[in-house]
Amino acid sequence: MAGTKESKLTPQELKEKLIEDFPPKMAKKRAKQIVVNKLDETGNPPEILSNARTIPGVITQRGCSYAGCKGVILGPVRDILTITHGPIGCGFYSWLTRRNQTDAGEDGTNFMTYALSTDMQEHDIVFGGEKKLQSAIREAYEIFKPKAIAVCSTCPVGLIGDDVHAVAREMKKELGINVFAFSCEGYKGVSQSAGHHIANNGIFTHVVGTEEKGEPGKFRINMLGEYNIGGDAFELERILEACGITLVSSFSGNATYDQFASAHTADLNTIMCHRSINYVAEMMETKYGIPWMKVNFIGAEATAKSLRKIAQYFEDPELIAKVEEVIAAEMPAVKEALDEARPLTEGKTAMLFVGGSRAHHYQELFSELGMKTVAAGYEFGHRDDYEGRNVIPTIKLDADSRNIEELEVENDPVKYSPRKTPEQIENLKAGGLTLSEYEGMMRDMEQDTLTIDDISQYETERLLTLYKPDIFCAGIKEKYAVQKHGIPLKQLHSYDYGGPYAGFKGAINFYRDIARMTTTPIWGLVTPPWKKANEVAEESAAA
Amino acid sequence: MRKVAIYGKGGIGKSTTTQNTVAGLVEMGKKVMVVGCDPKADSTRLLLGGLAQKSVLDTLREEGEDVELEDVAKTGYGDSVCVESGGPEPGVGCAGRGIITSINLLEALGAYEEDKGLDYVFYDVLGDVVCGGFAMPIREGKAQEIYIVVSGEMMAMYAANNICKGIQKYAEGGGVRLGGLICNSRMVDNEAEMIKALADKLGTQMIHFVPRDNQVQRAEINRKTVIDFSPEHAQADEYRALAKAIDENQMFVIPKPLEIAELEQLLMDYGLFG
Repeated sequence: MAGTKESKLTPQELKEKLIEDFPPKMAKKRAKQIVVNKLDETGNPPEILSNARTIPGVITQRGCSYAGCKGVILGPVRDILTITHGPIGCGFYSWLTRRNQTDAGEDGTNFMTYALSTDMQEHDIVFGGEKKLQSAIREAYEIFKPKAIAVCSTCPVGLIGDDVHAVAREMKKELGINVFAFSCEGYKGVSQSAGHHIANNGIFTHVVGTEEKGEPGKFRINMLGEYNIGGDAFELERILEACGITLVSSFSGNATYDQFASAHTADLNTIMCHRSINYVAEMMETKYGIPWMKVNFIGAEATAKSLRKIAQYFEDPELIAKVEEVIAAEMPAVKEALDEARPLTEGKTAMLFVGGSRAHHYQELFSELGMKTVAAGYEFGHRDDYEGRNVIPTIKLDADSRNIEELEVENDPVKYSPRKTPEQIENLKAGGLTLSEYEGMMRDMEQDTLTIDDISQYETERLLTLYKPDIFCAGIKEKYAVQKHGIPLKQLHSYDYGGPYAGFKGAINFYRDIARMTTTPIWGLVTPPWKKANEVAEESAAA
Repeated sequence: MRKVAIYGKGGIGKSTTTQNTVAGLVEMGKKVMVVGCDPKADSTRLLLGGLAQKSVLDTLREEGEDVELEDVAKTGYGDSVCVESGGPEPGVGCAGRGIITSINLLEALGAYEEDKGLDYVFYDVLGDVVCGGFAMPIREGKAQEIYIVVSGEMMAMYAANNICKGIQKYAEGGGVRLGGLICNSRMVDNEAEMIKALADKLGTQMIHFVPRDNQVQRAEINRKTVIDFSPEHAQADEYRALAKAIDENQMFVIPKPLEIAELEQLLMDYGLFG
């Protein structure tokens, strides 16, 4: 069973241990990506190298651009029919791997249970796949009659130069529905982050602003960067509804095409995952005049804080009161669960290596449990996700980032309408409300902990050996290797079979799951086969 | 069976030279198969008396997997066996992958089996070795000897040198060797001397100097090789000599490609100031 004692090594010593066996050039690069978290006298965290190429040969946690576009952003949308243009593997293995859920709505449309692919064969590679894509779109339309069809490109499509955008334009004309394509070939960019960007740019260009009738309501918001893993969105929808806040569109947990299309009619953009979507909020502010704020619904206290921020933005006494009422109604159950869990979890340690914001957000839940996050990092975060948005002007654009299109956006001549006057914004800021701001993970993290960007399998195992944490949070690729160390792993890409973990009820689920996972005696009861050396020797001798 | 690939800069006369040489070889009584590796599928026109060929890839696409060798191999001049790999229209798909598919299919269909009694197979490959697909004939032992068609023009020599880099790359792993340079004259000053010097530097030979003669064009207009169209013409003897030189060739080397400066110096020495 994992111990709860802290490592005797200082974070700096730990860092040195992690990289001591690397070749010099690699050690130099990793030294910039493994940082001891210590704020300087001005309160700024140290610089961390991130969004950089993974060193060839290491086992990385990262996914590809296609996975980011198709799996993460388009995956949770129930009524856009997504066709993967490529050989069958990419489509199949990106199908519902994040346990996105949907209630299929009143219209009952739900394509998430289907995996559509053009299943390119050798002769499609040789002669080009455009005609096959065209007939796939036509066939899909005839069967499903969707509101919109999205096409995601896999690597070979980029190599042979199929013009997926031309095919989409042609089919849009022919079918009379919205058809749009994404050049999200897997090899683009250094991680799945490039794919998020490509997907969001596409949704922004082709869908947002095409429908004027949004969900009616008094306090109308969008929720950006929430992906409804394990039903998170359902819990957040419940809370918002209880508060009287209208969700116009989600990007993209449990989202629909019509929600995206009318997203520009909302009066506030709230951002959960800063990494995957902050640029969409910025573009919507420029084009339509919608302010944005960073929120976090992971953690009961964080949820309460985020709801209060939203209420403060709308400056409506009734809403402010209603939000307090909801928080007061939810908190007793939260407290009861926490009182039960905390004696089991207090003082234990966690490590979080996941996502582009989850490694930050989940620290809230662990600190509610009295647990310390001793090391954390993102798979595909950028410097602003670690150090805060104030470093954005100093981020050097490298060739990999330049390959990903940046949209030029201006005030929309018709639809631009600032939701708040500059004076109102100033007043809100004076009242303590932070808008268009994200402080990053490192400022919120405890001092003298480790921040590690794009951690490798080798570093993970080394870290586990040197510093036995009580729980490790990552994804399916890491799960079993970590568990072989006798340390439980919670998947935060799919929540294993659990969740939701967002909002108040989500927090309760998380407390219970983590209390159970960090106290179960199972790891001490199992003797792995490699520790039964004699038995193996006897068996082979007998054979 | 000797497996020969002909490379060279686009437009240098690879297909013309290959077919005329093949005509010389079949006249000597050799059994030869020509595999055109160009999406334009015009590598066997002179042997077949026109573009009568259905390409391997077209057949594969239309017939599915059920393809027989007879569907793609046509008999041409002097019982030569003519195959065109074919490929996509310009600007779509992947022609390189097409060549790989096509050559693999020919193998699967037994085109190279003993019972076919082939003395030679010639691969006539499109232009430069631009990507892995076009290098297919020199990879994995598909072709064992390479001849590069070249002229005294700078860009042709530059391309020849690049092709040598490709050969060098695969020579160490596989068995491919350079058999020599075929100079297809463009009437450049000191052309033969310059190509001989280039061959020397590359560690190979100029296996034959083919003079420029309009008889080649006359024969082409009539969809024939020179040997077929005008067997008595002096140009026909040139191709016979080339065929004989290839048939008797014993010099197979791993080329030593030149640095650009060296190549330019060669042009200075023989071309501009020769």
